[in-house]
Amino acid sequence: MHIEGYIALFWDSLKRYYINPYCITLSLSELRHSASLANKVFIQRDYSEGTTCKFQTKFPSELESRIERTLFEDTVKTLNNYYAEAEKIGGQSYLEGCLACATAYLIFLCMETRYEKVLKKIAKYIQEQNEKIYAPRGLLITDPIERGMRVIEISIYEDRGSSGSSSGSSSVSGSTAR
Amino acid sequence: MSAVMITRKVRKWEKLPGKNTFCCDGRVMMARQKGVFYLTLFLIAGTCALFFAFECPYLAVHLCPAIPVFAALLFVFVMAMLLRTSFSDPGVLPRALPEEATFIEMEIEAANGNVPAGQRPPPRIRNVQINNQIVKLKYCYTCKIFRPPRASHCSICDNCVDRFDHHCPWVGNCVGKRNYRYFYLFTLSLSLLTIYIFTFDIVHVVMRSMNGGFLNTLKETPGTVLEVLVCFFTLWSVVGLTGFHTYLISLNQTTNEDIKGSWSGKNRGQNPYSHKNIIKNCCEVLCGPTYPSVLDRRGLLQEDSTLVSSSNPVPQTTKTTAPLIPNEHTPDDAKPSIASSAEKSASPKEEHPAAMKFPPLASPETDAETSIAKERAH
Repeated sequence: MHIEGYIALFWDSLKRYYINPYCITLSLSELRHSASLANKVFIQRDYSEGTTCKFQTKFPSELESRIERTLFEDTVKTLNNYYAEAEKIGGQSYLEGCLACATAYLIFLCMETRYEKVLKKIAKYIQEQNEKIYAPRGLLITDPIERGMRVIEISIYEDRGSSGSSSGSSSVSGSTAR
Repeated sequence: MSAVMITRKVRKWEKLPGKNTFCCDGRVMMARQKGVFYLTLFLIAGTCALFFAFECPYLAVHLCPAIPVFAALLFVFVMAMLLRTSFSDPGVLPRALPEEATFIEMEIEAANGNVPAGQRPPPRIRNVQINNQIVKLKYCYTCKIFRPPRASHCSICDNCVDRFDHHCPWVGNCVGKRNYRYFYLFTLSLSLLTIYIFTFDIVHVVMRSMNGGFLNTLKETPGTVLEVLVCFFTLWSVVGLTGFHTYLISLNQTTNEDIKGSWSGKNRGQNPYSHKNIIKNCCEVLCGPTYPSVLDRRGLLQEDSTLVSSSNPVPQTTKTTAPLIPNEHTPDDAKPSIASSAEKSASPKEEHPAAMKFPPLASPETDAETSIAKERAH
């Protein structure tokens, strides 16, 4: 079993340096399997202003030793702003709605809706935040769209101890260095 | 082992737990019962075919050539709206993954405190304040979530649907947040089409009767009689339905809320979602943002999971004795040997044995649903 572990470690490092050119994605996925998942925190929706997509900015106590309160709040607020932008009802959404209706909604076969554009921005933003801020602290955010827009899921990872710690720390340093 | 390596792409729609049917590799999503939907299609297409066959040639020559053109446009719009309503995701909320479910379970237990043995635990309800009004969110025992405001569980499709309106057998789908607009435009354009055909049927009969007598006309165009009958009976129901939904839209209500009387009566309070302005409510429902589907039906499940499931037909019993496949079921210490994506695949894979166990547990939920349905019937 020990031998298997060493082979795996060797294989991992081989991949990291010679095979996989996408070092950043590897470092995120490495974090997923080199460190063990300790806990998950779920940030719930804030319905105080209706059913528009908005998440609570309350700081969960599980993250207290991991990340600064302001960093976390910034992330959630930015996400909330993105969703507000996507769901804003105004001239642009009316125009889009009327244009689509006039073409019997066939225009959506070849045109992206505004919501989809913002969702792409959100996915990019979350990946950036994960690389820059969350992964080095052993945290990972899951895009809310993958959880039905109900929650922001934050996974908390811990170093696995003896064998895992070296690879875990190397992945973290790798991601910060790049 | 080489046989095991031949894997098939598995898309997420194949593993969705609700009672839906999917076509075109997940692009089309409908309820399982589609008999009435085919009847709708047949009635609309049949009536229009008769109209184009019997009336249009005569009316185009004797009255105005624009009549068949406009009828065709209206027909295309009605069909597009019908298919759009029927084939799209109504706004299904995916069920909670095991981790989220246990998290919610823990929160509920923390909120309830210790319930003495033998006593029933309090009902699972969470109160939230929306626009200064308290709204109760109910826990869904099937989906393992607190239903968001306005969402409801459709017992026919077995899914929680956001802004649930009703399950419409005529379109063969639930009507919810994502397809309500199309549904409304369908009823609106269908009532226009019905009125249009009915009117020109009458005009046609009158014009012909003036030349050759009423009875002769009926003999010459037997289709017209059939059309008039179909249109006459459709007219009342469809126009009534359109009127009802126009009323609902102007108040920003759903059929579900209207039937339950959520915002009516003395001590129920105001509808917190309404803008208190009819035009604004209409604009929100008809021209608001187009919400994306959160199901990602065409997304690929990780290939590793197929590899394992195809090699182990009964993974529950063989998982500890599968030395050749070094992944998800091996203990934590051996995990560095997993290929980078295996960890990701573990969660959807492990979810399914658990999901298989849920239906018997879910019987109280379905009982509750039926009792609610009975209440509504009274």
